[in-house]
Amino acid sequence: MSNQSWLKNEIPNYLMEEVEQLAKSRKLSAAKRDEFIEKVRQKYHSMQVDPGEAIGIVSAQSIGEPGTQMTMRTFHFVGVSALNVTLGLPRIIEILDVRKEPKTPSMLIALKSSHNRSREAAESVANKITEIEVAKVVKEINLDLANQEIILVLDSEEGRRYGLTPTQIYDNLIPQIKGNEIKKDGNIRIIIKPKESDIKKLYKLKEKIKELIIGGIKGITHALPIIKDEGENKIYVIQTFGSNLKGVAEIPEVDFTRTTTNSLYETAKVLGIEAARQVIINELVSVLEEQGMPVDIRHILLVADLMCVSGNLLGVTRHGVTSQKSSVLARASFEIPLQHLIAASIIGETDKLNSVVENVMVNQPIPVGTGLPDLVVKMDGAKITKPKKKDGEVTA
Amino acid sequence: MSDVFFNGSLVGKVDDAQKFVDSVKQTRREGKLSRHFNIHYDQNQDTIFVALDRNRVTRPLVIVKNGISMLTQDKLDALRNRNITWNKLVDSGVVEYLDAMEEEDAFVALNENELTDKHTHIEINPVTIFGICTSIVPYANFNQSSRLNRGQKTQKQAMGCYTLNYLNRMDTAIDLLHYPQTPIVRSFSQSMIGEERSAGQNVVIAIINYDGYNMSDALVLNKASVERGLGRSTHFRPYVTEKLRYPGGQVDEIKIPDKDIQGFTLERDYRLLNEDGIIYPEAIISGGDVVIGKTSPPRFLGKLEAFSTAANIRKDTSVRTRYGEDGIISKVVITENEDGSSLIKVDVRDSRCPEIGDKFSSRHGQKGIVGAIVPPQDLPFTASGIVPDVVFSPNGLPKRMTVSQLIEALGGKVGALGGRTIEGTAFQSEDSKSLREQLLELGFRDDGTETMYDGRTGRQYTAKIFVGNMYYLRLKHQVADKIQARARGPVTLLTRQPTEGKAKEGGLRLGEMEKDCFVAHGASLLMKERFDSDRAVIWICGKCGDSAVHDAYRNKAYCLCGEKVNIHPIEMSYAFKLFLDELKSLHLKPKLGLGDTY
Repeated sequence: MSNQSWLKNEIPNYLMEEVEQLAKSRKLSAAKRDEFIEKVRQKYHSMQVDPGEAIGIVSAQSIGEPGTQMTMRTFHFVGVSALNVTLGLPRIIEILDVRKEPKTPSMLIALKSSHNRSREAAESVANKITEIEVAKVVKEINLDLANQEIILVLDSEEGRRYGLTPTQIYDNLIPQIKGNEIKKDGNIRIIIKPKESDIKKLYKLKEKIKELIIGGIKGITHALPIIKDEGENKIYVIQTFGSNLKGVAEIPEVDFTRTTTNSLYETAKVLGIEAARQVIINELVSVLEEQGMPVDIRHILLVADLMCVSGNLLGVTRHGVTSQKSSVLARASFEIPLQHLIAASIIGETDKLNSVVENVMVNQPIPVGTGLPDLVVKMDGAKITKPKKKDGEVTA
Repeated sequence: MSDVFFNGSLVGKVDDAQKFVDSVKQTRREGKLSRHFNIHYDQNQDTIFVALDRNRVTRPLVIVKNGISMLTQDKLDALRNRNITWNKLVDSGVVEYLDAMEEEDAFVALNENELTDKHTHIEINPVTIFGICTSIVPYANFNQSSRLNRGQKTQKQAMGCYTLNYLNRMDTAIDLLHYPQTPIVRSFSQSMIGEERSAGQNVVIAIINYDGYNMSDALVLNKASVERGLGRSTHFRPYVTEKLRYPGGQVDEIKIPDKDIQGFTLERDYRLLNEDGIIYPEAIISGGDVVIGKTSPPRFLGKLEAFSTAANIRKDTSVRTRYGEDGIISKVVITENEDGSSLIKVDVRDSRCPEIGDKFSSRHGQKGIVGAIVPPQDLPFTASGIVPDVVFSPNGLPKRMTVSQLIEALGGKVGALGGRTIEGTAFQSEDSKSLREQLLELGFRDDGTETMYDGRTGRQYTAKIFVGNMYYLRLKHQVADKIQARARGPVTLLTRQPTEGKAKEGGLRLGEMEKDCFVAHGASLLMKERFDSDRAVIWICGKCGDSAVHDAYRNKAYCLCGEKVNIHPIEMSYAFKLFLDELKSLHLKPKLGLGDTY
């Protein structure tokens, strides 16, 4: 946006382009076109925030009000009935608090055009992504107590379904069962012999082996292809339960540029803070919209920006955004006041009383709205005469 | 093997739990065990619980065997002819008492039609599934259960004639309805409770909007009805004090306190006291007036004070009427309590006429507040000239679906016109179809609607208006008890902020979220003004930033740091000054840096 366009009461360039394009496509006359631009200009101006508007409070109220209406109907089925994702108020709290691990981590994986046209192609990718436990590709696991061995009998049909040959399974197993002897017996049997011979330990090992992951991407417990409408053509995408951006990036069939996760922390780690900001915005908008309570995006933008300005994700908690406030009094007024006051007194902090909360506390006009304008005087050459005072005398 | 617990303690084990339980029950039904002997087999815990202790609620149920009620027709006839007694029924295994525990094992049918082989009991009467208050609701079985909950809740708040000797009693804060009536449409439980203790009045109700005055659950009352005594009540509140004795031979004194005594307020407050220090009956009082004059000795005696006779060190501990509560002294009682010290009670009565804001309710959870009291000539009237006592908004009906309300109004109309009461007991009420037929016979439209005219314009309403007779309750929540406003008034000592609550003449709090609204509007200076209740001017030293001393007598200010010139009066909230003091008490030193605003 051109610099200070709001001061000059102008339409920003991107909007101007759009307006002109529309005028051209409608074949408006020059006079009509100018009239149209003037209307847009007025409308744009009326939508702008006035100087001194308390946008923070207005945002908080605008998001908070639908929040009170939201019921605790938290789970909702998204896409496929097998996957349910946390929504509603708990999800909003989750986002604003920046929980490291969402209650229901989930990804929406876009596929390259070679794989997004048919259900079969998408499903083959989905199977590749889903983590596969040993138990899934095994017919049975036997304990040979005489020889102190664990015998895995592979199910070749199941293995094929997940695209795993017995050799692959064997290869994937080797690094995971360190310290134990492992050998292949024919094409369907894998024998594992632990060094120590203890029945209890053997049994424990067997249970452990069952849960080992030998294929797919770690953390993704379910993956289901779903149809996504993109204009006229229908495209298959994969909805997952569990999230692992890094892992998915390595799959060649995946269109990583359009793949998203609902885990803020992971997005920030893998893609950076700008991406995380966009995830906050998208998630908040979609949750609020899903509940039938759309909120003006500018409120959400403000919150998302505030959470991301520092370069790290900060939750709207006493550890996050609030701890970044410059005013001691403002920090102290929100939870654990004593710690803030003591810490401030140790380093000798000064509160400039520049913001709202502090001024409410001392009962001074808050620097917002009518309290914002200040008197600016050019003092050059002006004579300042101070009335002389007697020692100790005061005038109230 | 199942454990057997008797009254909560383990007493032994049995092999076949079910057989044991069955045989115990059989023995009890034969009358060989106490009728309050209850037994329950918990299959999950494989434990038998037997109880014969006190404080268990039990209720009678008719025993069912193989899908047949044991209360046969001939037994019923014998009972009716008084050939057998209730006790006989219990002892002969027709009726038994179950407690909450044994009810778990029972499968109770509501009525004969639904009896199957699986049932173990049948209700004596289907209404018994309700509690006392709920069973009074007429046509209760036509409602959603949640409406019944609300209906019975309002019953408990209704004013009535709770006892007939109220003039001899001194109950705390009692409301007495002046002309209680027995309901036209009634449940049979009403007669069990006692009709002389009814808690409502029969009114003519029209279901129509009356401008905006009955929107959102409000209702409009007929002024003529109110002036004739509809919903009029008296509020009683006793004020009590004791003449206490203290160690050291000190005693309270009941008398008009001396003027120089500590705690003495205006002389005017004591004007109604007799020479004995107690108010006289039929005195007209207002809030804050002294009802019983009393002085007490000081709580702690100083060494010299105890012997000095000159200084009056006693305290005024007179009993004053509550803030905002006016009335007339109804009775004065002087007696002794169990310790032998004299006890004085003064009862204040206040006549309460229904006013805007008072709460009324029907028996179906349709509670509302009076929105207007309208002269009868302005109310709608029917073709036959009937003017309703209450105008109820039709908008209260669709969402709540209180069908019983409509049937009661219909039944009330039939009852009032036919001069009889209508049976409204849940599950066995008079059929609404027959009510309609009777209404038709009485010369009215069978759906209860009537042609009505607007009293103000005389124009006929295009719609036919539903008019009927209903039983209305006046609830104990009255504006007179709750109204409260203040501009200035008492403040708390510590923070200098206004007190809280009506009893302390408190302010209405402008809370955090309300504050946020001022901020959102940018109404900065208005907000400052609103928060000025604890404004304070504190003298601050511009040099050291600490609070300075201002000698108002000489109009000179100085600071403990030695500064004498650079000291300024600073306006801030007293709460903030207190906050700074608290910081100092924590060994944190806050300094105020002063600067010019402009």
